[in-house]
Amino acid sequence: MTTDTAVIVRNLRRRYGERVVIDGLDLTIRKGEFVALLGESGCGKTTLLRALAGLDPVNGGQIDGPKQPAVVFQEHRLLPWASLWENVTLGVDTAQGRKQAEAALGEVGLAGREEDWPRNLSGGQAQRVALARALVREPQLMLLDEPFAALDALTRIKMHVLIRELVARHRPGVLLVTHDVDEAIAIADRILVMRNGGIAASYLTADIAPPALRETLLQELGVESDSRAA
Amino acid sequence: MTIELLNREALKPTVQEHIPRPAATEAQLQLLSWAAPVAILLAWEVASRAGLIAPQVLPAPSSVAETAWRLTVSGDLFKHLGASLLRAAIGFVIGGAIGFALGVLVGFSRVAEASLDRSIQMIRAIPFLALLPLVIVWFGVDESGKIFLVALAVLFPIYINTVLGIRQVDPKLLELARVTGLSRMKTIRKIILPGAMPSILTGVRYALATAWLALVVAETVATTSGIGFLAMDAREFLQTDVIVLAILIYAVIGISADGLARFLERKLLAWHPNYAKEGRK
Repeated sequence: MTTDTAVIVRNLRRRYGERVVIDGLDLTIRKGEFVALLGESGCGKTTLLRALAGLDPVNGGQIDGPKQPAVVFQEHRLLPWASLWENVTLGVDTAQGRKQAEAALGEVGLAGREEDWPRNLSGGQAQRVALARALVREPQLMLLDEPFAALDALTRIKMHVLIRELVARHRPGVLLVTHDVDEAIAIADRILVMRNGGIAASYLTADIAPPALRETLLQELGVESDSRAA
Repeated sequence: MTIELLNREALKPTVQEHIPRPAATEAQLQLLSWAAPVAILLAWEVASRAGLIAPQVLPAPSSVAETAWRLTVSGDLFKHLGASLLRAAIGFVIGGAIGFALGVLVGFSRVAEASLDRSIQMIRAIPFLALLPLVIVWFGVDESGKIFLVALAVLFPIYINTVLGIRQVDPKLLELARVTGLSRMKTIRKIILPGAMPSILTGVRYALATAWLALVVAETVATTSGIGFLAMDAREFLQTDVIVLAILIYAVIGISADGLARFLERKLLAWHPNYAKEGRK
């Protein structure tokens, strides 16, 4: 593994009982690279993410990456009894914890809210704190499990802009699990389609115009595109 | 023709001016809620003075107040109150500590649960007041028996709610502890105990109520000090005013204990939307 890579996955296998969910999957993500992972429900996207996060065991293969990648879940998972700054620095043991939290909250547009409680936040704000919590660790690899799925459309667009900025500045390798094709096109450098327990297709967003890419991806996912009608 | 016109006029919807009457203010409702108790107290006083209620049956409120004053001045009231509160406090601390420790143990460890929980639940099934004769045989009539009874009454509510609180901690937050690399100790301190706190405090509130009940019974059976002694001693001489006073003191302390529990909830659960600011009604 070179210093440029965030994670290398080789021949990963994972099964639940008889059912093989991940079957010999290979994946490499570079630092600063934003990879989106699309796939039908139950195709194993989240299983892969949880394996990379160290939350679930695997049945074979190799994951060569950080032991503690940062994870942002679909729900913000903030501790309701801890102030925002304590939430952000959870598990970070440095004397500068408070200062780091202030800086991280500032980056996600919540400067001055360090002492506030999570219950006073909107859904989008809470998810931004969850992003700050991930970034304050300066992670080599950041795993995003549909983090914007529960947000309203306008908030989601703002979050897309924010996450692009943050990734450009901190340059972690990012794996975003999503079911939203447009979201993937809007924020990822590379889009992977997962099928039959492996990576079935890979597209660089810089190479293809968004409408064409959208149609291709929808076809990959087994959805009849409506773009011709429109 | 004219009739028709008139009818039409009558059918026209009348527009009534709707001026909302101001609802009773919060202060007025507060005042109203105190009206009934005050009225009852007044009726009682009047009935007593008119000789409708014999003083040996139920003394007038004013004579109870006089007795309270007399005992306060002589210092007897504080002596007995102090004795009662000390018993309650010691029993509460002992029973609470044991209940909490057992609760934490069983809450965290399935092995501890398998080996302890059934026995604890069996002992819990005994109404603790039924143990009273046995407690007297074991401890005689001195302090330790009363403290034992209070501790026993406190132990179970604290135990059950601690176990429950720990078990109910959101598994998603425990997953977060893993991805943020929290140590076992930090997970307990930062996630499990705060998460279990609402349930534990509910246990404390129940425990305060049962502790008080245990104390009343223990003090009434055999004792030479305490509020219960005051009442039993007065019974010998038919001093109903002292008996009523003792009952009232028990009530006041019960209310204070509940107030203390609520205060703890507001203090420790300030983050919780249900307990913030106004607190629970």
